[in-house]
Amino acid sequence: MTRRPAPSRGDAVRFERVSVERGGRTVLHDVDASFAAARVTGLFGPSGSGKSTLIRAIAGVQSRVRGSITVLGERPGSVAVRRELGYMTQSPSVYEDLTVAENVRYFAAIRGGEIGDVLERVQLSSQADQLVRSLSGGQRTRVSLATALVGWSAASDGGASVGWSAASDGGASVGRPRLVLLDEPTVGLDPLLRRDLWHLFGELAAAGSALLVSSHVLDEARHCDEVILLREGRIVAQLSPAELCARTGTDDLDEAFIRLIEPR
Amino acid sequence: MTAARTLATARRVLLQLRHDPRTIALMLLVPCVLETLLRLVYAHHRAVFDQAGAPLLAFFPLTTVFLVTSIALLRERVTGTLERLLASPLGRLELLGGYALSFGLVATAQAIVVCALTLGPLGLRVQGPVALLVVLAVCVALLGTGLGLLASAFARTEFQVVQFFPLIILPQLLLCGLLVARDRMPSVLHAISDVLPLSYAVDGMHHLSRQAGAGGAVSADIAIVLAFAAGALVLGAATLRRQTD
Repeated sequence: MTRRPAPSRGDAVRFERVSVERGGRTVLHDVDASFAAARVTGLFGPSGSGKSTLIRAIAGVQSRVRGSITVLGERPGSVAVRRELGYMTQSPSVYEDLTVAENVRYFAAIRGGEIGDVLERVQLSSQADQLVRSLSGGQRTRVSLATALVGWSAASDGGASVGWSAASDGGASVGRPRLVLLDEPTVGLDPLLRRDLWHLFGELAAAGSALLVSSHVLDEARHCDEVILLREGRIVAQLSPAELCARTGTDDLDEAFIRLIEPR
Repeated sequence: MTAARTLATARRVLLQLRHDPRTIALMLLVPCVLETLLRLVYAHHRAVFDQAGAPLLAFFPLTTVFLVTSIALLRERVTGTLERLLASPLGRLELLGGYALSFGLVATAQAIVVCALTLGPLGLRVQGPVALLVVLAVCVALLGTGLGLLASAFARTEFQVVQFFPLIILPQLLLCGLLVARDRMPSVLHAISDVLPLSYAVDGMHHLSRQAGAGGAVSADIAIVLAFAAGALVLGAATLRRQTD
């Protein structure tokens, strides 16, 4: 668990008494939360706990949101936020009838930026010219991830920090999104690849981006600076992985989560 | 609205089509097959073919382009790519503009192929300038794109979107003046046909097939069809909800 310095600017995202109704059911109940820039914040909880709804609300695509959400100091879905947002939906939403490279190029183009080394980072360089239709589920997930991370030209960084790949390997400066929302990006991937991707998320955060990464594999919480535990649309806890273990008296993160939501 | 994002979107849609050559072949060939059939059906009634051939040159692109566009946008909605685009800097009008541009190009190719066949080997006789005929066919295809995008805004499933075809397109076919001249319809129906875009396309085609010096009247019809196409696009952009349940 790497510690990163506290952010210099304010919260990247702030929720105040946010409720969301979907299909006649309340999916989020009066959620108060915030998370900071330059951090990997993990969003954990069982399926149906409201993780995707919370992410969609930040992305500005969720209807029937009550309460107040501030994203990078703006309203969700505003043009200013959309320019700074990398968003990966839960099911891999890319064009199946395009190749990997064509998908990445399109998403880079609509953000007016470059592709950079994103295909190498998600380990898809050798599949670049393959149609997405012909890829495995895990590979599609990575195409989807790549399209969420491309397209920021160095200029859009506003000089606030160096590009994220520059920070890692001293290579060419590539821009980065200020806010990255990833809905279950590691589902269905092998352990080695999952580790590499979490390392990549860490690099993005180190370069100043705010990351919100959802997962239902509690074990992955150890890669986060902070975790938000969600259950039945309510935040059970927001704390660092170390605090989670300390509070529950176990190093087993699965067990820690169970103890937190079912106190004996 | 930036040209770069609209162009990138048009390019992406065309690339998708390029990976689906069967759809391109169908779009180009189906209107040709239908015009040929029409010619064969009226083998002994050349005058009828001359009268219906040109208006149907406007109708066929409307149908193929309407179906392809409405399903293409629905597919974006169902697969979740639309949600990502709506969370990106891409504007709604830029997205729909990209669609109109790409399908407009395909429709131009379609119009050239089917007009070449119909005016050449099939021997359709028209009095007006051939270039205007092609331009009108392309404009009707743009209208098909606009109407298709608009229809798909009201559809959540494939079943729903294909039902918009008989709902939006077929009444226009009945009222456009192809079956019965519009001025001989009951006045209520005539009034309705006045606000349907296909009526103007068919009026224009009728002018082209009957009068040599119909350029002015046809240009006015083309302008009206284009205005409807633009209106459908803008309305489609306005009804495209950024936030969904």
